[in-house]
Amino acid sequence: MNDGPTESRSVLTGIVGETLNRVDRKVPSTEPPEWPANAELQVIGKPVLRMDALEKVTGQARYTFDVQLPGMLYGRTINSTVPHARIKAIDTSRAETYPGVRAVHVLEKMLSVAQLRDPSVEANEPYPIVRFTGQPIVAVAATSARAAEAAGQLIRIEYEILPHVTELEDALRPDSPPVYPGPTEQAASAGGGGAPSGLPQQGNLRGPNTSGSRGNIEAGFQDADVVVEGEYRTQVQTHVPMETHGLVADWREDGLTLYSSTQHVVSVQDEAAEVFRLPKEKIRVISDFTGGGFGAKYGIGNYGTLAIHLSRKAGAPVRMVLDRREEHVSVGNRPSSLQRLKVGAKRDGTLTAIQLRSYGTGGVAAGASVGSCHHSMYPCPNTSIEHFDVFTNAGPCAAFRGPGQTQGIFAWEQTIDALAEALRMDPLALRDKIDTRDADDVRARSAERRIGAERFDWSRRRPAGSDTGAVKRGIGMAQSMWPYLVNRYATCEVRINGNGSVDAFCGTQDIGTGTRTVFAQVVAEELGLRAEDVNAHIGDTRYPPGPPSGGSRVTSSLTPAARNAAYAAARDIATRVAPLLDTTPDQVVFRNGRILVRNHPERSLGFAEALRRAGVDNLVHRADRRDDYEGYARKAGDLHISKHAIGGVQFAEVIVDTQTGVVKVEHVVAVHDCGRPINPKLIESQIIGGVIQGVSYALYEHRRLDGATGVQLNANIDQYKIVGARETPRVEVHVIEQLGRQSSTDARGVAEPANVATAAAVANAFYNATGRRIYTLPMTPANVLAALRAQ
Amino acid sequence: MSSLATDRIPAPETFGPNAEPLTLQVNGQPCTALADPATTLVEFLRDGLGLTGTKLGCDRGACSACTVWIDDEVAASCMTLVYDVRHRKITTIEGLASDGRLHPVQQAFIEHDALQCGFCTPGMVMSCARLVNKNPACTLADVQTAISGHLCRCGTYPNIFKATLAAAASVRDSESQR
Repeated sequence: MNDGPTESRSVLTGIVGETLNRVDRKVPSTEPPEWPANAELQVIGKPVLRMDALEKVTGQARYTFDVQLPGMLYGRTINSTVPHARIKAIDTSRAETYPGVRAVHVLEKMLSVAQLRDPSVEANEPYPIVRFTGQPIVAVAATSARAAEAAGQLIRIEYEILPHVTELEDALRPDSPPVYPGPTEQAASAGGGGAPSGLPQQGNLRGPNTSGSRGNIEAGFQDADVVVEGEYRTQVQTHVPMETHGLVADWREDGLTLYSSTQHVVSVQDEAAEVFRLPKEKIRVISDFTGGGFGAKYGIGNYGTLAIHLSRKAGAPVRMVLDRREEHVSVGNRPSSLQRLKVGAKRDGTLTAIQLRSYGTGGVAAGASVGSCHHSMYPCPNTSIEHFDVFTNAGPCAAFRGPGQTQGIFAWEQTIDALAEALRMDPLALRDKIDTRDADDVRARSAERRIGAERFDWSRRRPAGSDTGAVKRGIGMAQSMWPYLVNRYATCEVRINGNGSVDAFCGTQDIGTGTRTVFAQVVAEELGLRAEDVNAHIGDTRYPPGPPSGGSRVTSSLTPAARNAAYAAARDIATRVAPLLDTTPDQVVFRNGRILVRNHPERSLGFAEALRRAGVDNLVHRADRRDDYEGYARKAGDLHISKHAIGGVQFAEVIVDTQTGVVKVEHVVAVHDCGRPINPKLIESQIIGGVIQGVSYALYEHRRLDGATGVQLNANIDQYKIVGARETPRVEVHVIEQLGRQSSTDARGVAEPANVATAAAVANAFYNATGRRIYTLPMTPANVLAALRAQ
Repeated sequence: MSSLATDRIPAPETFGPNAEPLTLQVNGQPCTALADPATTLVEFLRDGLGLTGTKLGCDRGACSACTVWIDDEVAASCMTLVYDVRHRKITTIEGLASDGRLHPVQQAFIEHDALQCGFCTPGMVMSCARLVNKNPACTLADVQTAISGHLCRCGTYPNIFKATLAAAASVRDSESQR
């Protein structure tokens, strides 16, 4: 909790335009005064244009992919061609003498996969065991990409083939070949994912994770008037960021510089320090722009480890950028799931029992749990929750936008829809009845259901399967829930220069969400400037440490630190400028580029002029994000998890061609909350993106492996189908303004809430259209026709 | 970027197999870098000339992140051998703005927030700018067709539609005022 003196403040909390209540809140005395609603602010809550858009539309934005250093070599990994094997020998001699080759390195240890609880089991292996087709084994650095590729083909790897398994059901059989010879652990990345430690493991089956279980499940079902159940399946989805994973390593005597396409510069520094046993101060990580991440870009990974080794050996910078196949296969995916879900309820909808048993495979990594929605969204006294990981010889999973929850809500919100049908209740009325926790997300969803129903015209909903023709139309809705997360640390520095310019620094990064822009807005608000007057510097570990771009936590973590630093700077300036305005510092306010006396706008000075006349040369203020004023429900590593969550409600309209099995999503209304919206334009963009990614997951995406070889059959983007311009639905976004009064900005995230409910909303609309439930993703013609045939 | 006058380098009778200097008209200037017969246009632009605004997403013509103009027609530079376009006029994202003035599509992309991570953006801009230049009366369906080969993982499509239609409208307005 927060150190230092606190004071009680009377604050207005709630949803602007709905209900605001005055409450007393204990706040650290150093915190700035509470901001009023956005309508009374100058820059916050305004659709400020993205600050780095100009660089992006002119091709000037420099991604890791674009880093070109003098003498830079091109790295290339050589990957396994078999799904499971012991490596007997690796002959790199011919590659080493190939023209242009400067270094070759064999990987000593696999990162980003499950680790044996007892490493001695494989301690005598000369090389890491191959556990999936496409596993990186060795890498080459050469003066051109072409030379590196050609040299790589000269490397001979001798395998002792081991039996393998690629499909979840096969891996569960008692006689299935084990992927690991003993129990394993899987740490989370800075972006989440991972699996609880110490769980039992039998063969390929690891678990159960029973977190969230409570009460007496049998008694709960006995109390029920209605029971609904279903078996839901979701596919493996790959991240497909347009910029593949990449890192440029520049090893020098005096330190290591890493240019990384990453969601967290700090995680890259941490992992490099750990693997290479370097002091962190010797490692600088730079990430000017990252071309998407969606959960999989943390740390240095195996490709980065190889790049750093190659740079050290060659004495030159090495660029290691994955090709599209490697991106699909080896650096992350959303695990599959098989969820058996059974829910009991009273006639009025009150939930009495929730039973979930889920199995999922994240290949050679654990982390296939299906989220917290089943036990934490709607109150229920009796829950039995079991999540199992199933190992297969396939590429490792990684956190992926709403990890677990996206799979979970697909099954969960369909089950609630089925319950409403069984109770003959409207799906919205059932949520009104059961969505009742004492938390901000619950209050948000209540407003969002009403607003969404009006905007979407929910009243036109007809009974399921009303259309009699072959082409059927339907509407459905589903609710979002994602934890409101705050990073353990976030520090910002604000520098006021004598000429009136302002710089702000934080070692966070932007993967496409607009971090620079919201950072600048918050600083500008405190100083009475425009956002474009503030130079927001991010993407460098030389700046104060900032949060990861994952878990929807940048804005919630960064902006309070930014405001606190800017507020301290503003108060410092006020003290220096007050005598010039013949007033006291507490009467000095900042507005429209001027510094003025409260209620006396005629007594003012321009910002730069005031600094000059006050003799200010350079003012530097640094501040931390304080913990949420009411603390956290729990902490897990660097994740601080609030008792409040983030909500969201989505409505979808679909057309199902029952003759061809083709589903089209026509229209989505997405109503969301993210605390205090800092920039409605950027939030709208991010929500649209979340919905489109959700539609893509619901209808198209599906990683396919060849069982005999473990080869991914669609490891490219002509056959791995994602939503394009022609499949894009009409998306309408509405964002509410919710003041939670837990931090100095009230800001929360929205990336994951915008994504987790979409597939369920589409599936519920599918049911409304056809009268058949779709239990299997993606909703391809084959799965749709099977669902329509099912009894 | 290195550039030499084209007339000083006679076109080779034969080309390759080793890398040789090759000159290309890029963004209105002759630009020279080493190339061999297998060098693609995107490699030549990025690695040879340091014009890294043109991206590479799939290296097989499936994502269109590498879109440039060849003689004012859009093309996937990853699917184009540089030797084949040595007498053609190449325009990249770096050359789209003229005299420091953004193309209307670039301006509209900024105003309508038609980008997030921005990696697909140069390719999107090149295709949408070509459409607007060619057909300022374009419709939503035309925009969808123009970028149907492009992929954006952030999901910026709706804002790209809006931006491109707004840019087209601004071009129509300025033409009608002429």
